[in-house]
Amino acid sequence: MLDHVPHAAAVGLTFVSVERGIAVLKLPYDEKLVGNPDTGVVHGGVITTLLDNCCGIAVGSSLTEMRPIATLDLRIDYMRPATPKEDIFARAECYKATSNIAFVRATAYHTDIGDPIATAVAAFMLNTAITRPQKQG
Amino acid sequence: MELLQRAQAQGTKVDLQKLIDAIPYCRFLGIQVDRKGSELTMILRFDRKLIGNPMLPALHGGVIGAFLETTAIAQLILETDATELPKPVDIGIDYLRSGKPVDTYARAEITKHGRRVCNVRAEAWQDEHTRPIAALHGHFLVKPKE
Repeated sequence: MLDHVPHAAAVGLTFVSVERGIAVLKLPYDEKLVGNPDTGVVHGGVITTLLDNCCGIAVGSSLTEMRPIATLDLRIDYMRPATPKEDIFARAECYKATSNIAFVRATAYHTDIGDPIATAVAAFMLNTAITRPQKQG
Repeated sequence: MELLQRAQAQGTKVDLQKLIDAIPYCRFLGIQVDRKGSELTMILRFDRKLIGNPMLPALHGGVIGAFLETTAIAQLILETDATELPKPVDIGIDYLRSGKPVDTYARAEITKHGRRVCNVRAEAWQDEHTRPIAALHGHFLVKPKE
């Protein structure tokens, strides 16, 4: 579980695998995540949370030192509705990191990454540590 | 959605709060509707479970995205005669400031109203309307009344 992130824990996100610059997360199906009560399809916003979090972990894992990161922008293309009652996976890859910015792409899918539910591209700001020297005078 | 179809059949506007409350994920996030005529403001009440970064603390980017997407959908329902929930085709979210652990508000505007696809912009803010924390633009498929 991603217990340290309250919202990730609240929706039920779990780690599948993390290696340098690549993260895979799982979102188990849950009735509370439904966006269309007629069909049982999860809300697009849930996919946003899954992809955003997955991208953030991919960025974090690509860094050689711990640095605070923040999403600058996130673009999502919804290819098809998620199938009700099926778990959703996301795989994100941080394919470039400069001194200030990291670029990521991600895919949400059920079992076959070649049949995506949604794809995303994102840019993240790489911040320096929050402790700043106090201004003199 | 039955609520939408019934309202369309009666020639009335659907009660947006009832509609939002019928969507489990919106209920889970705690989204409220404040409608004054054609002016719609959505409210996201702060709750600890919405936090994405406990160090700052800041709202989860996904929560802000979901809130903006819901705001866009609500505006589309208000302004079109959709009988089904509008479906997102693509969305882009710019994160402008970190979301503080307080209530968040959002409004949306339909930029282009096509026959099947609508282009929508939405903005979220907290203390000051002039200092938005995030902006969304997106395309949504809208199924009109037959």
